[in-house]
Amino acid sequence: MFETLTQRLTSAFGSLRGQRELTAENIEDGLRAVRTALLEADVEFKLARDFTDRVKERALGQEVVAGVDPSQQFVHAVHQELVEMMGPEGATLSFAKKGPTVVLLAGLQGAGKTTTCAKLARHLRDKMGRKPLMVAADIKRPAAVEQLRVLGRQLDIPVFHLEGRSAPEVCAAAVAHAREQGLDTVLLDTAGRLHVDEEMMAEVAEIAGRTSPDDTLLVCDAMTGQDAVRSAQAFHERLELTGVVLTKMDGDARGGAAVSLKAITGCPILFTGVGEKLGDLDVFHPERMAGRILGMGDVVGLVEEAHEKISEKEAEQAYQKMVLGSFTLEDMLAQIRMIRKLGPMKKVLGMMPGMGGMLDKVDVDDRQMNRLEALFTSMTPKERLHPEMLDMSRRRRIARGAGQDVSAVGDLLKSYKGMKKMMKQMNKLGLGAKLGAKAKRAALSDMSADGEVAAAGGGGLFGSLGGLFGGGGGAPAGAPGGMEGLEGMLGGPGAARPMGSSATRKSSNKRKDKKKRKKSRRGRRK
Amino acid sequence: MGLFDRLKARLGKTRAALSDGISALFRGGRPMDAALLGELEELLYNADLGLVATEVVEELARKHKRGELKGEEDVRAALREGLLERLPSGGGEFTPEAKPTVLLIVGVNGSGKTTSIAKLANRFREAGSKVLVGACDTFRAAAADQLEIWAGRSGVDIVRRQEGADPAAVAFEAVEAAASGGHDVVLLDTAGRLHTQKNLMEELKKIQRVVGRKIEGAPHEVWLVLDGTNGQNAIQQARLFTAAVEVTGLVITKLDGTARGGALFGIERELGLPVRYLGTGESQELIEPFAAEAFVDAILSAG
Repeated sequence: MFETLTQRLTSAFGSLRGQRELTAENIEDGLRAVRTALLEADVEFKLARDFTDRVKERALGQEVVAGVDPSQQFVHAVHQELVEMMGPEGATLSFAKKGPTVVLLAGLQGAGKTTTCAKLARHLRDKMGRKPLMVAADIKRPAAVEQLRVLGRQLDIPVFHLEGRSAPEVCAAAVAHAREQGLDTVLLDTAGRLHVDEEMMAEVAEIAGRTSPDDTLLVCDAMTGQDAVRSAQAFHERLELTGVVLTKMDGDARGGAAVSLKAITGCPILFTGVGEKLGDLDVFHPERMAGRILGMGDVVGLVEEAHEKISEKEAEQAYQKMVLGSFTLEDMLAQIRMIRKLGPMKKVLGMMPGMGGMLDKVDVDDRQMNRLEALFTSMTPKERLHPEMLDMSRRRRIARGAGQDVSAVGDLLKSYKGMKKMMKQMNKLGLGAKLGAKAKRAALSDMSADGEVAAAGGGGLFGSLGGLFGGGGGAPAGAPGGMEGLEGMLGGPGAARPMGSSATRKSSNKRKDKKKRKKSRRGRRK
Repeated sequence: MGLFDRLKARLGKTRAALSDGISALFRGGRPMDAALLGELEELLYNADLGLVATEVVEELARKHKRGELKGEEDVRAALREGLLERLPSGGGEFTPEAKPTVLLIVGVNGSGKTTSIAKLANRFREAGSKVLVGACDTFRAAAADQLEIWAGRSGVDIVRRQEGADPAAVAFEAVEAAASGGHDVVLLDTAGRLHTQKNLMEELKKIQRVVGRKIEGAPHEVWLVLDGTNGQNAIQQARLFTAAVEVTGLVITKLDGTARGGALFGIERELGLPVRYLGTGESQELIEPFAAEAFVDAILSAG
């Protein structure tokens, strides 16, 4: 979601590479690029200026740490500043000690209030064990009430509305209704309104007056430009906001609003809307977001996810195979399946350090992974354990079985050999840190609270991720389409280096064409 | 009230910020210098002009160096000129030529497609056209209900199907109904979609193909509805929608707040798409054909 900002900063940091220390002169290029990036990302003008001033101070004030590249030091300073601007970490809704908790959702037209209301209700029920009531208080937009009712039916969450009554009356009655019914959280979906519409602002203030909400959330479209700050300020003055929900974050908006809103209103960003499905609501993590902005990836998230979905034993086994050098196609398949457990490739890759800027170039397609798996499963177990026995006749059979070209089998074997070779080298270098509980903890501690991860660079954390995913990297050019994503992930110790070989781009184009042909509309929004 | 006055009244907030801001810059007989130009850049930037702000101010700085800018009046005139150069053309009131003329309306979620269609339908009907709207947003809950209520208010015909129906099928039916019903204009409402979702952009292409199969040359226009409060991302939206379905015109909404719609300048620079209409409020008649001069004057006029 922040790809372009990431790219800009990456090029800015590139100009610092190789310099021995940060000086007022050599930092200027970097700062200018940061400022342009922020302005293009719709960060408020003054804020962008103040931001670069503070980064400069911070970067210059730091002592040169032995062994730390000045560009890394600069990244670190930017990262810390970003985190502070978007923080604090772990802000949540506050719940009433007694009686139902009232959550008021307000915002401009089209920000996504009704959708957010449903997503939030689902989140509260499924993740926090609450009993939510959704209140249709938008009596202005035609069919808004009906929209919420439909969503309520889909989620099996009750929706409250009183025909022919004013919005404040509906809301007040809803709180009473929730109390009677033993529902502990009331979500008020109000009409979209412009902050300069005096009449409508008075209405929402009256709703707040009559329901005394525990949480007053501003729902804001991540694509909003400079107006985000003006409208947020106006809502804040009127309603005393307690938090912000940033919607449509799955688009390519650079999301400068995320930075501005927090800085201007002082209200934390609590959630982000990241898709059209009702489960697409994420808790906001400033630390991770800053990491993503800077292309450091969401390594903590990835490790957490891996921990949730891949058993310690599986990881340990994979590691053993690699260290012992007995890596076979069977193991490669196991690892591919392991990675796929983490979710769609695009999401997994987005969490990888240095991959942020790549995602718009690499057209990650999970179907390519399916094709890859098809090749594996067309082999006999014996063939997978002894890849050297794959002669041309066997390869032809496998290709036929998978419904693919015989060259696909060749490409697969090439990648396999490349991986195997890299792994041997990694072992020699001692970079494939053992991934046990201990290594995982160590990896996490690399990502210290103040965002030290940049300076940590290759080494432990990335090494151990490399270990988890089979280590290696730099598999031969011309690997089959789906593999290149894997290669990216397998970046191992060099994870921070920019990845964009011509091979990557070529095959991604090829894949785009294929995608066009194969387009089926059935997969849509299911 | 003329077009200029109406725009001026509706874009009041924009005008206040920019025009008053410029007056404030020169208050107390402050001379022109680099600092003043920097503040002017900030004013323009706050109107979402993005990189265009820098461009325009650099141009002013060059003029200043040549001694062409003496004071506030010169700056206003130069600014007006600079902004006009960078604004898309308008094209005035849209007049349907083919019968029926099919307009496909696209845009991201929450940009104001359905409301804009309601306003356009009303406007075309008042101009004497027989109008039909097609509810091809079969995804968002109650989207068709919303359109139906609007259609009922302005007395235009509607074709709708149940939720989850194939939008292309609805579009086909709408066009068919219009061809046999003697309608002049068909407005097709589509589901909001982020421009980054490739499969949903494919869906738009399909609608386009299917409609073209029924009536040659249809859809005659593809209008992208842009939220006027959006910042630089609006340019990206315009770029990707154009790549997918060859957008032929823009409708900018929500310009009655403090939003400036400054992203328009960036869009002109990158893509050169004409702006057809501006949405300036919630009620059905609040839509204006775009006229570049009136737009710039409404932004810049003092008082």
